[in-house]
Amino acid sequence: MEIKLPANPITRRWLGLSPALITIFIFMVLPIALLGVYSFKPADSYGGVEAGFSLDAWIQLFFDRDLDDTLIFDSIYLQIIWRSVMLAAIGTTLSFLVGFPVAWYIVQQPPERRDILLLLVTIPFWTNLLIRAYSWILILGKNGMIEQPLLAMGLIDDSLEMMYGNMAIGVGLVYSYIPLMILPIYASLEKIDFGLVEAAHDLYADRWAVIQRIVMPLCLPGIIAGCILVFVLSLGDFISPSILGGGKKMMLSNLIQFQFSSARNWPFGGALTMLLLMLVAFGSYFYIKASRKSAYLEK
Amino acid sequence: MASNIGRSSSNTNKGRIPWLKWWACIFFVYLYGPIAVLIAFSFNDNRIAQVWTEFSTKWYVKAFSNEAIQNAIINSLIVAAVATVCATLFATMAALILSKGMFKGQTLCLGIISLPLLVPEIATAVATLSFFAAINFPLGLTSIIVAHIVFCIPFAFMPIRARLAGMDETLQEAGRDLYANDIKVLWHIVLPQLKPGIFAGGILAFIISIDDFIISLMVAGAGATTLPLYIYGMIRLGVSPEINAVSTVLFLVSLTLVATYWFISKKNEGSNYVH
Repeated sequence: MEIKLPANPITRRWLGLSPALITIFIFMVLPIALLGVYSFKPADSYGGVEAGFSLDAWIQLFFDRDLDDTLIFDSIYLQIIWRSVMLAAIGTTLSFLVGFPVAWYIVQQPPERRDILLLLVTIPFWTNLLIRAYSWILILGKNGMIEQPLLAMGLIDDSLEMMYGNMAIGVGLVYSYIPLMILPIYASLEKIDFGLVEAAHDLYADRWAVIQRIVMPLCLPGIIAGCILVFVLSLGDFISPSILGGGKKMMLSNLIQFQFSSARNWPFGGALTMLLLMLVAFGSYFYIKASRKSAYLEK
Repeated sequence: MASNIGRSSSNTNKGRIPWLKWWACIFFVYLYGPIAVLIAFSFNDNRIAQVWTEFSTKWYVKAFSNEAIQNAIINSLIVAAVATVCATLFATMAALILSKGMFKGQTLCLGIISLPLLVPEIATAVATLSFFAAINFPLGLTSIIVAHIVFCIPFAFMPIRARLAGMDETLQEAGRDLYANDIKVLWHIVLPQLKPGIFAGGILAFIISIDDFIISLMVAGAGATTLPLYIYGMIRLGVSPEINAVSTVLFLVSLTLVATYWFISKKNEGSNYVH
């Protein structure tokens, strides 16, 4: 028996593309659209939604209903959203401050060494985030690697309580996503023509001037890309707040998950998800704009 | 390549900052220190996970003789294997089409395929859950597998597409000149050349699937616990050396796969230079 590919190129094209496209469309695009619709429906207290139309989920973001059904402004959810944005922003800034010098160091190494260092930066990205967050409990937790020697030397008497707070979450976010800051910055640093740096040195520019006037502007697209990647991933991070924040300090994704598990308020969960997607879409838009600009600069 | 060498030699002379080396050293200690601590304490005899007494492998024996952990490992392997095969197959088909010439809607197709990379996992997780509930799809291993295929597709797709982009087409032309039909060219020429890309894509899909947590958490029914879900449950109960032992094994699996992937793609690059 001989198998034949369809002769018509258009048929062939859709035959080849359809399994991937249809799978992603049905199990990703459609569900997200469905969730968007759900956010405008009344909640069913057993999970799921009831028929009809309701703005309750979106109102709940800002207001609380009093006993006599009047709306009072309530900032509890806005606070969680604000905390998520702030933690993501702080995590991104720290990742940049730590990651940029590392990328700068790697780019100065001979090629074989560079490859190994890049592999070392990449490996954590491909390992389980849960395990990586857990390993910080061993470091920061009660009687952990930091407290043990301090207690033994008598420098502290009691636990420092480093876990289960904003600081621990921040540490977790930086630790989780810093490879995604270093890799794009490295990629743009690698393309810089170091002849320019030498020329600047010949013209008596000091080190700081070289970094500020030559290196930074040329690798700006990489910096923007890294910052947006880290910010977007931190904003949607679920593991750091639930493991290192102890579930007490919620972030947006914990709040979303809570609506679909214990709280059984799917429309509100849907509204929060839409809000998260809007923030991410906003970030991605700048990402694409920045990468277009860098492609333009390379020409 | 030549310009690179010239570049790096000039780098070593100028623009070098003395503290940079130390900064990088501290960074790598920071990156691997916690994992090293985790691995070290998996070999600790003491029940209290953070107090060292003596070397022991008893937590490995204890963890891997636990039936619930065994089941979780089997579930994880089933999910990852099926999801990897399906996602890699779909991704290969799509990459073969998308690498050939330009056509209307190509950018849109690429956009849809990379969508799972852009959407935050928690959003995918709750959206998929709502969808499964709406169509009355029973939650269990099947629902996890379906959800995993979706986000594995772009990870399998990237290396395959990269390999296709660097592929030499003269062999295919030679094949056609010798009256091979399209299916023969695909089977005897394109696919063998593409094999390293497909293999690399499969590895990435497998790693992503076996490590996935949030999506599995939302779409797993009762009884369909994967290894990360089980580990999460253990962590919620508190620090224990068994978690360290299981985590160490999972870490080593990822490490081996990433290293394999790295060497395949390095070799790919090398062979591309030859052509």
